[in-house]
Amino acid sequence: MQNLPKLTIGGVELESRLFIGTGKYGDDSLIPAVCEASASQVITVAMRRVDRGGTGVMGHIPSHMRLLPNTSGARNAEEAVRLARLARAAGCGNWIKIEVISDTRWLLPDGYETAKATEILAKEGFTVLPYINPDLYVARACADAGAAAVMPLGSPIGTNRGLRTKEMIGILIEDIDLPIVGDAGIGRPSQACEAMDMGADACLVNTGIASSSDPVAMARAFAQAVQAGRAAFTAGAGAVSAGNAIASSPLTGFLR
Amino acid sequence: MNITVNGESRELDSPCTLLEYLQSQGIDPDAVVAELDLVIIPRENFGSVRLVQGVSLEILHFVGGG
Repeated sequence: MQNLPKLTIGGVELESRLFIGTGKYGDDSLIPAVCEASASQVITVAMRRVDRGGTGVMGHIPSHMRLLPNTSGARNAEEAVRLARLARAAGCGNWIKIEVISDTRWLLPDGYETAKATEILAKEGFTVLPYINPDLYVARACADAGAAAVMPLGSPIGTNRGLRTKEMIGILIEDIDLPIVGDAGIGRPSQACEAMDMGADACLVNTGIASSSDPVAMARAFAQAVQAGRAAFTAGAGAVSAGNAIASSPLTGFLR
Repeated sequence: MNITVNGESRELDSPCTLLEYLQSQGIDPDAVVAELDLVIIPRENFGSVRLVQGVSLEILHFVGGG
């Protein structure tokens, strides 16, 4: 493959443009194989209270992975900031995915609170990746607040419905001068490929891999799809003709 | 002596350090982060911070998430 420019977030150069999650695996012991098959370098985790006897997920995450803790469970900026500081205290770096959600039915992020948390945490030296609705003004507010990337949703979390917000994500790709990481709802490799082919800089896939029948094989398929989509974007697709067919073969010299 | 741990009331026989408490509960101190009365306790201080009557302790760890 040609030498494509690498993705850089928060000063870190990434070979892989596929980020993966650790939620919803029927068996967490699959995670190392999923990491390998996906060739991903960035992996999300959540932070929760320790249950007596409960085990965390860290034992399943290969040491080369860059941890992207999320602030899921936060209902406002204050709770997100609290979770982010706790996540950093765990000693696994300063990357944080801001997730501020108070609506439990749709799980859509609160843009205002997300931008507020982004501003506070960026000032504290975090590499902040806010999870947002693909809304131009929210994305601009997060960019102004010091976000290192923005993560617009394709469809509601965990739905595997794909890029229902394609037009809006396209506007962010066009307008926002930060890496755009397609997040949430990407259920199939073709959908990840579509996001990359339209110019997204990376995709985060959790449910699409974890809920598949064979997560390791699906992780590999997503990796290939993300690579193909990025390569297609870089190659530059041909013009779309709205009208008549345009022959690909010569229109002269026919056998008659 | 009564303290609150992760939102639940707990009885302790006597004051102890955070590290002693975690060990008594079978929790690996290297696998968790702790917040005592809303102040984050750096892991290197687990052995010196004491749990006394009435404090509220949060113990968290990373779990699967997207």
